[in-house]
Amino acid sequence: MENQNLSLNHKPGHIKHDGHNITGFIIFLCSESIIFFAFFVGYSVLKISAPVWYPEGINGIDTKMPLINTVILVSSSFVIYFAEKYLHKKNLWGFRIVWFITMIMGSYFVYGQYVEWSELTFSLQSGAFGGMFYLLTGFHGLHVITGILLMILMLFRSFLPDNYKDGEMGVESVSLFWHFVDVIWIILFGLIYLWQ
Amino acid sequence: MTIVNYDPRLVKTKDPYPKGPNDWKRFFSFNTDAKVIGIQYIVTALFFLLIGGLLGMLIRGELITPPSDLFDPTVYNGLYTMHGTIMLFLFLFPILSGLTNLLVPPMIGAPDMAFPKLNALAFWLVPVFSIVLLISFFVPGGPASSGWWSYPPISIQNPLGKIINGEMLWIIAISLSGISSIIGAVNFVTTIIRMRAPGMGFFKMPIFIWTVLAAQLLQLLGLPALTGGAIMLFFDLTFQTSFFRVEGGGDPVLFQHFFWFYSHPAVYVMVLPVFGIFSELFPVYSRKPLFGYKFVAVASFGITILSLVVWVHHMFYTGTPMWMRNLFMFTTMLIAVPTGVKVFAWIATLWGGNIRLSTPMLFCLGGLFNFIFGGITGVMLATVPVDIHVGNTYFVVAHFHYIIFNTIAFGIFAAIYHWFPKFTGKMFYEGLGKVHFALTFIGATLNWLPLHWAGLLGMPRRVASYDPEFAIWNVLASIGAFILGVASIPFILNMVSSWVRGKSAPPNPWKAIGLEWLLPSPPPHENFEEDIPTVLNEPYCYGLDKPFVEDEQFYIEKSLKKS
Repeated sequence: MENQNLSLNHKPGHIKHDGHNITGFIIFLCSESIIFFAFFVGYSVLKISAPVWYPEGINGIDTKMPLINTVILVSSSFVIYFAEKYLHKKNLWGFRIVWFITMIMGSYFVYGQYVEWSELTFSLQSGAFGGMFYLLTGFHGLHVITGILLMILMLFRSFLPDNYKDGEMGVESVSLFWHFVDVIWIILFGLIYLWQ
Repeated sequence: MTIVNYDPRLVKTKDPYPKGPNDWKRFFSFNTDAKVIGIQYIVTALFFLLIGGLLGMLIRGELITPPSDLFDPTVYNGLYTMHGTIMLFLFLFPILSGLTNLLVPPMIGAPDMAFPKLNALAFWLVPVFSIVLLISFFVPGGPASSGWWSYPPISIQNPLGKIINGEMLWIIAISLSGISSIIGAVNFVTTIIRMRAPGMGFFKMPIFIWTVLAAQLLQLLGLPALTGGAIMLFFDLTFQTSFFRVEGGGDPVLFQHFFWFYSHPAVYVMVLPVFGIFSELFPVYSRKPLFGYKFVAVASFGITILSLVVWVHHMFYTGTPMWMRNLFMFTTMLIAVPTGVKVFAWIATLWGGNIRLSTPMLFCLGGLFNFIFGGITGVMLATVPVDIHVGNTYFVVAHFHYIIFNTIAFGIFAAIYHWFPKFTGKMFYEGLGKVHFALTFIGATLNWLPLHWAGLLGMPRRVASYDPEFAIWNVLASIGAFILGVASIPFILNMVSSWVRGKSAPPNPWKAIGLEWLLPSPPPHENFEEDIPTVLNEPYCYGLDKPFVEDEQFYIEKSLKKS
């Protein structure tokens, strides 16, 4: 009786999750992209309609440092692809090393963002541009940090026995998320840095 | 237990509920069973219907006389803001999530939702944000008072200068509600796409499943825009940014775009499942196949797509350019086409049918009648000249309540009565149900029909005092509101007493077609377990010689044996 009662709430393996996770995650990412889309539309509308866009004393923002950042983030998307490949080939150490390289590249991006922020002369309160700039880069930065944390989790899990018994859903989802963060950055870079 | 049937598939089925459905403690735990979560949602939502209704009656109590005598006008502002917020985010969304949780897995033959733990998380966020929202009554300055749409610059004024204020708590509660809805939507869409019974192609799904899919996709596409707007509003309020402040180069109208891009489709998120409920119930209670099944199904997606491009009709009088007004007047009127398809299909289903006027059918017919009325005033409001004349008057309030209460809540009551025997295993008392319907219909009509006149004569909404020429309409409306309040008594009495000591329900009391009616009442934990039926036809073939599932007799016998 007691045993049956326990199994009421949790029956491992009975409801097959294979494939649901990826479907659910893709649906979630589509929804998440709408928040960014809303911010992008907000940025464009405010920029087009504002009589004075940049705060006083600023004519535009430097693109050199962000460009290096962009190159690193975009190439990390290719690196993570190879990490996934290694995992599919069951080359665990290859996966771990390349996965770690992706994490380093992501962390460098966050560091670069931090350096850029600390050198800027305007703040969150500097008009619509100041708010939009920090909102967009900050919200994207949060996603990058989330991605890195998820990667640490996946790296840790790769050392657990029986980790890939149910497939490689976790790694595939994180990799998908990383590509998503990457695409968002490319649009963001175009809007803020190229369209001045 | 003796086995009377020798079908080998019957022998291997274990008793699914060791402690039986009377184990009430599971309703207060982090339970991952969709049926438990569904009932948790519904009961929580009905509790907040009472609170929201109480606030509504306080509003009507203030408005029964022209001067502002019952409350201070500031308090009144808080009352209507919280009334709207509680009714939408704590009554309608949760109760529809509850019905969806109860109905989707059995209707498509799935054992549970795709992500049971996320499902439980989505529910438990509801009590969390309800507490955040209710706390705001007790912070200095009172709750949010800028209306449920929270337009800046009013919403970002923060006159007391406190960091924690009613408006900020409102934004946090709405964001948590958004997280809960997104988790729910991901879950529902994944479940419907991936976990249907064998043979159930898209054009064999029940209409309710179609409408849930359409509504939840709308949730996924629209809700993040409101979240984006809410984040920016939060920054403006708390960190003095200038997204919506004109003096810093911001644009208050931008918030209105973010808000209505979601909040107009939100009405369709709520009304689409109710269209599904109508489409399920009319065939059952008129014993006829649903007229134009495929058209009704596709029309749901027509509504989804169109509803994403109509939001500016809420902003005709906020400085919108002429071309935009014309464009959105056109798209708004276009939405009457798929909606009209559905209305005509329901009427054609009823036509010449063998109609049984039991409680669920009465609520459906009442809801359909009110929906046609509310739909016509909707087309009136879509017309730019009319809208500029009556915008922000009681005409809008009356139209809105005709859809949101007189249609959506009627459909929800119909669904609760219709599926009550299935999920509790008990029959409700028909007499009390009819009393509930009569009081609700009279109360709702008396409450909102007169307000159309008040609005056309020019009575503005959101005021605590008004010109005595509008008094007669407001007295009628207030009497209606109090009748609605009384109507909750037979409902609560019926639900509680029949659940506790009602007659046991057979598996299929209404002789309905549908996978959920092939299950025992109440259904076992994982619905069909390993014997998932193969679907052959859509579930509306009343009186036709088309079988619904393969080997139907086996499932009927199995459900009879277990009930």
